[in-house]
Amino acid sequence: MTLTRSTTTVLTAAALGGVLLLTGCEPNQKSGDGSITVSSTDDKCDVSAEKAPAGTLKFDVTNDGLKVTEFYLLGEDGLRIIGEVENIAPGLNRSLTVTAPEGKYFTACKPGMVGDGIRGDFTVTKSEGGTEVAAEDSQLADQATTQYASYVKDQTEQLQSGTEKFAQAYKDGDDAEARKLYASVRMHWERIEPVAESFGDIDPKLDLREADLVDGQEWTGWHLLEKDLWPPKDSYTALSDADRKKYADLLVSDTKVLFDRTRDITFTPDQLSNGAKELLNEVATGKVTGEEEIWSHTDLWDFQANVDGARIAYEDLQPLLATRDKELDATLKTRFDDLQKLLDKHKDGDGFVLYTDLSKKEIKELADSVNALSEPLSTLTEKVVG
Amino acid sequence: MADRPGVSRRALFGVGAGTLAAGAAAGYFGHDSVAEAVGAESDVVDFYGEHQAGIVTEAQDRMCFAAINVLTSDRNELVDLLQKWTKAAANLSQGLPVVPDGVGGGSRMAPPIDTGEAQGLSAGHLTITIGFGRSLFRDADGMDRFSIADRLPEGLIEFPHFPGDQLEDSRVGGDLCIQACADDPQVAVHAVRNLIRMGFGTVSTRWMQLGFGRTASTSPDQETPRNLFGFKDGTANVRSDESKALDEHIWVRDGSWMEGGSYLVARRIRMHIETWDRESLDGQEQIFGRTKVDGAPLSGGDEFATPDFSMAGSGNQPIIPVDSHVRLAHPSQNNGVRILRRGYNYADGADTRGNLDAGLFFIAFVADPETDYVPMQNRLAAQDALSEYLVHTGSGLFAVPPGVQEGGYIGQSLFT
Repeated sequence: MTLTRSTTTVLTAAALGGVLLLTGCEPNQKSGDGSITVSSTDDKCDVSAEKAPAGTLKFDVTNDGLKVTEFYLLGEDGLRIIGEVENIAPGLNRSLTVTAPEGKYFTACKPGMVGDGIRGDFTVTKSEGGTEVAAEDSQLADQATTQYASYVKDQTEQLQSGTEKFAQAYKDGDDAEARKLYASVRMHWERIEPVAESFGDIDPKLDLREADLVDGQEWTGWHLLEKDLWPPKDSYTALSDADRKKYADLLVSDTKVLFDRTRDITFTPDQLSNGAKELLNEVATGKVTGEEEIWSHTDLWDFQANVDGARIAYEDLQPLLATRDKELDATLKTRFDDLQKLLDKHKDGDGFVLYTDLSKKEIKELADSVNALSEPLSTLTEKVVG
Repeated sequence: MADRPGVSRRALFGVGAGTLAAGAAAGYFGHDSVAEAVGAESDVVDFYGEHQAGIVTEAQDRMCFAAINVLTSDRNELVDLLQKWTKAAANLSQGLPVVPDGVGGGSRMAPPIDTGEAQGLSAGHLTITIGFGRSLFRDADGMDRFSIADRLPEGLIEFPHFPGDQLEDSRVGGDLCIQACADDPQVAVHAVRNLIRMGFGTVSTRWMQLGFGRTASTSPDQETPRNLFGFKDGTANVRSDESKALDEHIWVRDGSWMEGGSYLVARRIRMHIETWDRESLDGQEQIFGRTKVDGAPLSGGDEFATPDFSMAGSGNQPIIPVDSHVRLAHPSQNNGVRILRRGYNYADGADTRGNLDAGLFFIAFVADPETDYVPMQNRLAAQDALSEYLVHTGSGLFAVPPGVQEGGYIGQSLFT
């Protein structure tokens, strides 16, 4: 596994707490090109309009000052953040897109990123076309993130107990049992990999591939044991019993760290959608190429697990997405189904055939299907946070 | 081969494709004057000089790179080829065939000396740069085939394994390298093809790479180009007018046979184009540490503004992320090390899964690979957020000897 930027990307439009949301991501045809320009200086916040019709609003914010600035659209109480854009350095330009229904708001520039900011009144007037609904959007978002958090907790629990079993078998020298458990236990890891990766230190300890090592770095984790269980024919020295114990115990204790950190974990909708995208990236660059499991060739287990994790994230977000973009929702559903049908063709008993048993044509089919799903999936974040 | 006066491709270009004025001039002043007049338009880069051409030369838009195996163990045969290559390269650089009149001027019963596909084309700023790999000094079996092992320059190290490397055997190493750059790919390929042809029996091609779209500027007059991620990169490149920085960071200054030479680092870096294209604009900018459209550092200003790595953003986190490419690659974060990047984009069709095999053919010239390249690449491979989208599939390091004056040959200082 390579390092990933994971789900930490700054969220530009945080409409999470917003009860005030509209359906539809069709830009509301209102003023001119639709965007409201904002010039933020160290002591001024010039907003080109004080009102706009309800719907999708785009603020085009330029920092004309000398300090780093932020821009906010706040609710009537002056506290609730409808949308924000941070980290606008001097001379740079950023846009903020939010969906806002009729009501009173405040705009605020925050040069220097401290204090309450330079505020102005902003009014959203009744929309001419947009259908106002879904005050429950925020409930749908909450529901999605809560469900996903439960899923992550459940998977880490299963990962923990499975890893303990695997480690015991491996330490006992029961290689047949360890080989049997390897792929199925790892599925719990692969389903929630972006979460594990968001804790930067755990992923390299548990899932580093030999090729990703820095010269001199100690190799630990699943793939070290994979190589020992499916050793290469030539010039390989098996791990000693002492090393077996050492690395198996480490695997268990490092997994425990992940387990502990995910007990009270919470998520935002963009973390679900970005996580789903990343899981498919993992499939595209690691599993469909057979690079993840170069000794055991159990890549299709990981493949399935990545797709499972992405699908769960999508399904948790689905009620929210359905209020925003039915077409995307329908496309994603179809393409998840298509990909699953392809994977099902390669099922063998409780698991899958080995990657090395796939023909070039079958691999190409899988890769095409991954691309077909990943491309629309990459637009999900914008729909669920906007 | 008849020793007739050569017809320069440059001259032909002048008549055929020059301005109306130049075309008209041909009628009055005749052929030789046209050649001079067109020469004044300077699409010819001088082959001779203190340094080999193709390093600080304003980066052309196309490249053909070849890594070469030397088949012979005969030192004289190798030197003889280097002498032939030098003469041919000097001719090619002027827009001539490998030998004057080499296309149609020989016996009709023999194959033309020059393959001919560049006939009628401009010199196109062609530069030919030749380098020596570590295996030339001591081959894989430990043999010192050419009695030069004791002259192995310190900088010609064996690269360590870098994290994430997935080098393909068929794209690694080489006893020699030829880097041909030009405005026109046909001119660049013609040059490499003909040099290889001249050496059959003595050398063979190990691997080859075509590049398009320069990804670096080597002159202050050139705009910073974009890589296939759509970003401007290498803004902090050492430029041709920075003679002090060139002496310090690019040219070898140790009084050895490498004096005035440099080291060429070649890395074929495949990009995961498809997954990159699914990253949000915000995510892409966070990864590079620059804005996409303008190339400004996220700390503000324009493209050439110095990135302010200490500027705090929201949550008191650096506004230029700690794992961003601009931060990890910047000289200020690498003990002041600067390099001269001279890479090209490449697109070699699609792989069996239907994904583009495309990316960056990274070429950099440095005075000391051990200190100027290895630590930076280790850092980038291990920490750079961009590395998630990259895999290095090819690699080579070559000692590029100094340039020569007319009458000399490339590598003369090594073999005398």
